[in-house]
Amino acid sequence: MQITVTVNGTEYTRDVEPRLLLIHFLRDELGLTGSHWGCDTSNCGACVVWLDRTPVKSCTALAAMASGREVATVEGLEKDGQLDPVQQGFVACHGLQCGFCTPGMMMTARWLLDHNPDPSEQEVREAISGQICRCTGYENIVRAVRWASEHGAAEHREPAQHVEAEVTA
Amino acid sequence: MQVPTHVEYERASSVDEALEMLSRAGGEARPLAGGHSLIPMMKLRLAQPELLVDISGLTELSYINVADAELRVGALTRHAQLLDSAVAGERLPIVHDAERVIADPIVRNWGTIGGSLCQADPSEDLSAVLAALRATAVIRGAGGVRTVPAREFHAGPYETVVEPGELLVELRIPLTANTGSAYEKVERRVGDWSVAAAGAVLTLAGELIEDAGIGLTAVGAPHFCAPEAEEFLRGRRAGEEAFTTAGQIAAEHSNPVADQRGPEDYKRHLAAELTTRALRKAFERA
Repeated sequence: MQITVTVNGTEYTRDVEPRLLLIHFLRDELGLTGSHWGCDTSNCGACVVWLDRTPVKSCTALAAMASGREVATVEGLEKDGQLDPVQQGFVACHGLQCGFCTPGMMMTARWLLDHNPDPSEQEVREAISGQICRCTGYENIVRAVRWASEHGAAEHREPAQHVEAEVTA
Repeated sequence: MQVPTHVEYERASSVDEALEMLSRAGGEARPLAGGHSLIPMMKLRLAQPELLVDISGLTELSYINVADAELRVGALTRHAQLLDSAVAGERLPIVHDAERVIADPIVRNWGTIGGSLCQADPSEDLSAVLAALRATAVIRGAGGVRTVPAREFHAGPYETVVEPGELLVELRIPLTANTGSAYEKVERRVGDWSVAAAGAVLTLAGELIEDAGIGLTAVGAPHFCAPEAEEFLRGRRAGEEAFTTAGQIAAEHSNPVADQRGPEDYKRHLAAELTTRALRKAFERA
């Protein structure tokens, strides 16, 4: 089937099998290997990207589901040659060692800061609780997100946009 | 590498169109909502539908509102939306207790209420919550709409009364005065299924218990509820003694099986203890 997906602002049209998972579409069809393919079972979060501005584990979404929608990946965080404050925070606070979980962690962190510009340590920990890091013990990841919060992450905030129906309650 | 087997894909633009697509394909089609139950099952080849009908864009099924003393939740409402709902949190704290411990925040962004229920995993949390609350499921098919009590929704593990060609479209949860509720779960780590969990709903008339609802997760309780314990509580004075005995009754009537999450006696112990804790908290909130 033919799908058209906007990834980091660029529209891509491809013929794919309906069973193709979004993570493999990004990595194998588009060559965007920033998003990592990890556990394959929705547990580790290395594959987190945004689908219509909401983080999703892309090993648990079909590429077909993304057709007509917007995807954002770690490659899109940098703007005009300038690293996003979240990326700068991971550098400043040594928020990664092997780096495998990092793209997913950063996409979740960016989303958290868009919705809560000054999260507490506990709120950061909760936001990344569906993602696994086997190196850092999470301490430096939490520091990196807090660093971004204190260093202009709010100014990089994307306007919130919801595709879901308005919740009336 | 886990990938689903070959499948066809169609996207529905309305509930009517989805029903038409589903019935045309007979029993070999599955609705695809958030995909967070179905896609993992397809990757394991435990589910091998011939056609996926993508209903994830049907905003008409995504809502939370109050009508006729009921909270009405569209089946396509995401877990995260239910957790964000102030009215659900205030009137039905059991729902927020459970939603906080269902999967993890990223999965809750996409997993839907209806999808979780229709997956009908015996360890899934909302089945017990809705059983405790005596909710009603609204199911639509080509022939019209029918309603089924939550306690009759499951036909067995991974099996519901939703027929091929039908869609679960709404959950209706009664909002009752003088009522408190709570959900207590033991899990090994964030995002895991329950080792065991219990939900309680208490309606008080002064110091007496006017009505009680108890839901049990992952302990083999028929229809996810504990009618014998509920019957014991009805009309009794609310307090520690009643809550402890009700927990014991609930555990006696559960039928847990040993697995990697724990042995049978531990799960039975949890069924009693968590029922008592949930009743205690529900009482405090009433």
